[in-house]
Amino acid sequence: MTAVADTAAGPSRRRAPTGLRSLADAWKHLQTKVGVIITLLIVLVAVAGPYLAPYAHTEFVDLPFGKPSGDAWFGTDNLGRDVLTRVLYGGRTVVVMSFLSVVVGMVLGIAFGLVAGYSRTWLDDVLMGTTDIVLAFPHLLLTLLFVAMAGPHKWLIVLLVAVGHAPRIARLTRGLTLDASRLEYVEAAEAMALPRWRILASEILPNLSTPLMVEFGVRLAISVGMLAALSFLGAGLQPPEADWGLMINENRSALNVQPWAVVIPMATISLFALGAYLISEGFARAFAGVDRQGIRT
Amino acid sequence: MTVIDVDGLRVELAGDRSPIVDEISFTVQAGELVGIVGESGSGKTTIATALSGHFRRGARHAAGSVAVDGTDMGAISSKARQDLRGRVIAYMPQDPTAALNPALRIRRQLEEALTAHRIGSNRAERRGRIREVLREVALPDTDDFLSRYPHQLSGGQQQRVCIAMAFICQPKVIVLDEPTTGLDVTTQAQVLETVKTLCERHSTAAIYVSHDLAVVSNLADRVLVLYAGRMAEFGRRAAVFNSPAHPYTRMLLSAIPDPKERKSTHVRTGRTPAPGEVIDACPFSSRCEFATERCTLSDPPMVEVGVEHAIRCHEHETVAAVPMEAAVSAPRAPDDRADALLSVKDLTASYGTNPVLAGVSLDLFSHECLAVVGESGSGKTTLAKSIAGLMPAYDGTVSYRGRELARGARSRSTEERRSLQYIFQSPYRSLNPRKTVGQAIRAPLSHFFGTSEAEASNQVAAALERVALPSEFARRFPDELSGGERQRVAIARALVTEPDVLICDEVTSALDVSVQASIVELLEDLREQEGLALLFVTHNLALVRSIADRVTVLDRGTLIETGAATEILDRPSEDYTRRLLAHTPTVKSGDATGTILGDSGPDGGRNGRHSS
Repeated sequence: MTAVADTAAGPSRRRAPTGLRSLADAWKHLQTKVGVIITLLIVLVAVAGPYLAPYAHTEFVDLPFGKPSGDAWFGTDNLGRDVLTRVLYGGRTVVVMSFLSVVVGMVLGIAFGLVAGYSRTWLDDVLMGTTDIVLAFPHLLLTLLFVAMAGPHKWLIVLLVAVGHAPRIARLTRGLTLDASRLEYVEAAEAMALPRWRILASEILPNLSTPLMVEFGVRLAISVGMLAALSFLGAGLQPPEADWGLMINENRSALNVQPWAVVIPMATISLFALGAYLISEGFARAFAGVDRQGIRT
Repeated sequence: MTVIDVDGLRVELAGDRSPIVDEISFTVQAGELVGIVGESGSGKTTIATALSGHFRRGARHAAGSVAVDGTDMGAISSKARQDLRGRVIAYMPQDPTAALNPALRIRRQLEEALTAHRIGSNRAERRGRIREVLREVALPDTDDFLSRYPHQLSGGQQQRVCIAMAFICQPKVIVLDEPTTGLDVTTQAQVLETVKTLCERHSTAAIYVSHDLAVVSNLADRVLVLYAGRMAEFGRRAAVFNSPAHPYTRMLLSAIPDPKERKSTHVRTGRTPAPGEVIDACPFSSRCEFATERCTLSDPPMVEVGVEHAIRCHEHETVAAVPMEAAVSAPRAPDDRADALLSVKDLTASYGTNPVLAGVSLDLFSHECLAVVGESGSGKTTLAKSIAGLMPAYDGTVSYRGRELARGARSRSTEERRSLQYIFQSPYRSLNPRKTVGQAIRAPLSHFFGTSEAEASNQVAAALERVALPSEFARRFPDELSGGERQRVAIARALVTEPDVLICDEVTSALDVSVQASIVELLEDLREQEGLALLFVTHNLALVRSIADRVTVLDRGTLIETGAATEILDRPSEDYTRRLLAHTPTVKSGDATGTILGDSGPDGGRNGRHSS
């Protein structure tokens, strides 16, 4: 016994736990850094904006579609309100709601996907059948329909956007779970007859975290677009609230006269989506085991 | 005629410029077969790919030269190198299933090499060459066969198609990178025979890269033993195997199990430098029984110790003076048998309509080791998993201490699950990468005994000690451990439940020979000290003699013979067992060319995966 030790060992450098390591690996990529900076900037504008705004968001400052001036740096909107003020006020809802809808969608989707992928019985068919039915309806139309019936409540919009995300997240999670549950450490837990929820929570889920983080970023970008589209179509926030999507709708008729009222909210929405996408791209690269120079490791 | 001339080759990591392989010099003549042997991470594949002028990303050619058929591979353009590949130097990869494109028919795959090198002026001529090369590798040359997709062939046939692809342009050099790793012994023997015949017929120079010394001893004219990226020993086969001069070669040879005699293998403690690690000592010094102070101060130069026989060792004179002892240990006397601890009756199982096990019965007594031997597809893993409750869809009974066990692990009692522990084949997949070693070992403790956190960490340390690992390992993650260390952790995880029976499913097949020897030694000690009964599932007959008391041989789901290990290995009564034994590679050192192929003909499709 005492004379034997394994001989094939390499130098064992201490490394961070795998979960933290994928964060660290993702951070190595330029995409992640740029994405985080952009996202933080937009979140800062959205959160701190109302405190920095020169006017109240419903205050009339100038004539409608006024040109940029010393009083209103980016001019005024269709009712003569300050565009800068409206932009600073209008981010909070989209940022908070997109984030919440992705969190709710992820929780729903991951729960469905884990159970479906692990059970491999009729339950799988039932759960995946349900997601297929939801997938069969166009997401935006379905959301518009429910908002038209029940009214534009914020919680309803968050829930509807989340329900739209859930089936795709469930599909992804199920596929990953199918692969992960065939691995021998899951079989080892099976042989011990560990409770199923513990196998799912401690053996399977932690190993899906990196691809799911990629999905989180992609879903966030989609949510932002979705919420902006809902506002633009009138099913989101209602006037006189300030909201980036709504601003585009309100001011698009004067695009050639006072473009700032449309261009600025468009830019903030796009940047937020881009930031979320870049972060998820960084994770995707870390997940695929690609290092900074684009070399697979 | 010298076809390959490698001189002072050094390949480094691009980042910190540390060497992956260094000071590699050798030549290969036309028609000669040189074996390159080493454990994982020793740089074998780096050398093999360097021969065709390829360096994997992150590695760079730092010094020395590689000349193939008179052309310096480093001095020509990448386009010129591309032209040489396949036409002058062919590479045959490790895994045929990964090397063949699943979407292309065999004909297309073979034709691609010909068209790429503009060999054959028209289609008919190319098709003629394809048929010719298929006949050479003993595959059918019919249109039906050529129209098949790779998945319609057996593993042996796929490997033959890869051989055909390598030989189709009649290269001067062929590099074989562990070409038979995934194959059964019988298929392996036949594939190797084909390669050897083809090389002789066309006087092709061949480089055979392998971790399997036994295979190389049957095949190679000269052998190069690699250790930590440097040449340890290079010489004619007879010299290297009859009078190994380097302590590493001697250790490797003694670690190889032999079906003919029971060896008590003993592998020394120590650590192998990792690829790219900079060392100012003999890289083997930490594991070497002959190491002196000199060995820890400088890396020894290559010295001639005989005709065409060179080694890299400071103490070669001392080493040569000590004869290599064959540590043969006596087989254990069988215990008094009372009732069977574990008893399997008429076990029948199938995958869909495909029968895997047909009425298998066996008994396992306490304190004994029963080996279950068979080729892939014989149903041995299904048998092991059925016993462990991981494959509940079977007919027949499995009883433990006389009581019938429920089919699935979840329906069995805690006591039953605790007493039967399963150790998986691949230590790379049996440990959760997101859990530390300590967490992995604690899980069964808290599950079976409700052990508290504080008490558990003491027990984890004790369990690690039982498998000869330091207690600091509890804080490590699996990817910080080597394959052998991981397998020890898996064994420790099984041991903490104080089981009566350990089911070991090919537990050494993913490991290097010296690591395999140490794991076998560990299991042996555990069995003796703790009175465990082992059900040792393996395809490696050579291992059986080292570990098992009794053997059961499985062939395509039926049990064909059971008996004392010595009895079956010395006097097999069934043809199938005889064939398995004949095809098990053992180290041959004589000058006569070893015949690898036994008495059976070319690949008869025993793997039976043909579909049309």
